[in-house]
Amino acid sequence: MTLPPYADLLGATIEGVEDDSPVLIMPFDDSVTGRPGFVQGGAIAGLLEVAAIAALQQALAAEGGGRIKPINVTVDYMRGGRDKPTRTRDRHAARQSRRQCRGGRLAGRARAADRGGTDELSDRARLSAAAPRFAM
Amino acid sequence: MAFDIRTFAAMRFGGHGNRLGIAFHDASDDWVEMALPYRPDMIGNVDSGVIASGPIVALMDIATSMAVWMRAGTFVAHATLDLRVDYLRGAKPHRTVIGRGECYRITRSVAFIRGQAHDGDPDDPIAHVAGTFMAPEGYP
Repeated sequence: MTLPPYADLLGATIEGVEDDSPVLIMPFDDSVTGRPGFVQGGAIAGLLEVAAIAALQQALAAEGGGRIKPINVTVDYMRGGRDKPTRTRDRHAARQSRRQCRGGRLAGRARAADRGGTDELSDRARLSAAAPRFAM
Repeated sequence: MAFDIRTFAAMRFGGHGNRLGIAFHDASDDWVEMALPYRPDMIGNVDSGVIASGPIVALMDIATSMAVWMRAGTFVAHATLDLRVDYLRGAKPHRTVIGRGECYRITRSVAFIRGQAHDGDPDDPIAHVAGTFMAPEGYP
């Protein structure tokens, strides 16, 4: 699975797979800081979106692929991202719901944590994307 | 008191904003605009050349944060509570994205923001933004 150039800008790579979804890791670095000592909100949102799209692409691949166009991204910042590597975890990689004429809507959700994974939730992002392939 | 945004923005910052090349663009009494020049390393979709949304979120986070300081009249240490970005369309490749931030209300600890991003024509926006910041020490 290839990540886009923007993933390189973040320094994010695929660390492994969990529950059939890729887990990304982004090292803490000056190039992703916002206020001193914390990861910048846009970097977190960007990481979460890359992870959500990667998971959706993986889920769609089994059905022959499909274009993904983000519609909105909402990030709830639970706490500041600290000076440690940040990892993503994706739940419910793709939930497809058929809509009328505008196409299918996929929901991807990703969570970022920086204390080794599952229990220390840092941020949560929800990505809604359109996949025209599913148009009725 | 007034927040001197031009002097503030002229200071060299490190961090993610600097890495993305985000720079001050313009400001008035109740809005701030920051610019995000197009760079290939921000691409999210290699087929279309459209940049990923992360840099746009970062741009809007910074522009709206500045707008809060404008309204508060001073820099305040605060953190983004939540931020929602609705994409009307993808950013056009090779265009600089302009992010306008406005702070429409400040309470004791929470600042409410909105904003728009466009890539040349404010009447043809890329995204609309809404969100909140929180100041642990409170806003003045």
